[in-house]
Amino acid sequence: MIIKLIKITSSFAENKDLARTIRIKKIIPALNQKKKITLDFTGIDSATQSFIHALISEVIRKYGIEILDKIYFKNCNETVKKIIKIVVEYMQESI
Amino acid sequence: MRIHLPNSAWIGNIDPFLRNFDSANPKKLEITAHKKWISVHPVVLSMIAALGLKVGKSNIRCEKLEAASKHYLERMGLFKLLEIKSGIKVIEHESAGRFIPLSQITNSQELTDFIKDMIPLLHLEPKQVEPIKHIVSELARNVLEHSESKYGAILSAQYYKKSNTIRIGIADTGIGIKETINRSHFASTHLKAIKLALTPGITGTTRREGGTEFNVGAGLFIIKSIAKVNRDFFMIYSGNSLYKLLKEKLDRKHIKLYADPFKDKHSEDENLPFWQGTIVGIDISLDATEEFAILLDLIRRTFVKTIKERKKEKYKRPRFV
Repeated sequence: MIIKLIKITSSFAENKDLARTIRIKKIIPALNQKKKITLDFTGIDSATQSFIHALISEVIRKYGIEILDKIYFKNCNETVKKIIKIVVEYMQESI
Repeated sequence: MRIHLPNSAWIGNIDPFLRNFDSANPKKLEITAHKKWISVHPVVLSMIAALGLKVGKSNIRCEKLEAASKHYLERMGLFKLLEIKSGIKVIEHESAGRFIPLSQITNSQELTDFIKDMIPLLHLEPKQVEPIKHIVSELARNVLEHSESKYGAILSAQYYKKSNTIRIGIADTGIGIKETINRSHFASTHLKAIKLALTPGITGTTRREGGTEFNVGAGLFIIKSIAKVNRDFFMIYSGNSLYKLLKEKLDRKHIKLYADPFKDKHSEDENLPFWQGTIVGIDISLDATEEFAILLDLIRRTFVKTIKERKKEKYKRPRFV
């Protein structure tokens, strides 16, 4: 399942409410159906740490860090990659 | 309450202005100003606007401004936001590349729209805009999510050509940092609460490492880190306390971020007039803007190290007797 974030958020992904909606309505139902997910960041110039946290932290906490084997981050620029790495690393240290 | 717009109030010399703020009689606001020249950081305007919105227009008394620079207050939208007449007539300039007038943000969508509209006004390169967008988003969302302010976040910003700097101020009249932090941690003073709020991984929403689904306690640490790496001023004022990050010489090749904000070069004051809510001011020098991606690596390393250290402190070993 591919989720094109630019269809939901703006090129600066900072709206945590939208991130939460994406997680609850798209990511979690797909994972519950054992589907693999691709979060497509095409068109996203930047994202805040808060947005990425609201998007994936609860998924990592709920399913364990192994869930990252089923989630792919596509077309991320350098900034977005680094912000995703921040969230993944601190969640990994926290759970 | 009485607030006096001084001759000069920037983050570096804001302390006397704050000390002069009279918070008694919280239902009325009297605004006075220096007679000759007013030169102030946007955070000062955000504070006045936040107070004015709280007391309501009928409870504001603004003396007739005489300073030659009084037009600045009009152009920044202070009187428009407070719905009071200033008697100042100015020819409105195109604001692009100069300033973001006082804006009230009360919900998530308003903030998203504000950031979208703000970027073209700044006329900056993408590399320069990047940290500014993050700062505005994280600060305003803090207000929306934690302050419980009826009036939301009051924000303004100004670009200064001479120093090539963007100065941003945001104020709220909510519950303040101490009350927010004490929901999950213990801070006996406002200054201790500010310290916790600036520490990575500390949020008022939970004691749990990794935070909640919505908060982890990284926003203010990231903003302070942007200021530190770029050698810019940054201040937080809440309750009776002010924390101010000061400029320091850094070895660009070996920049170190501290989880403990008191380890950074800073000043602090816990005897200021009481501010019910929170105020944040920051300067971003565009000449010195460090690559945001490099900064993010530093933030990640410090954040993870801090969690590891906290976990180590809590680590329990079996007791053999």
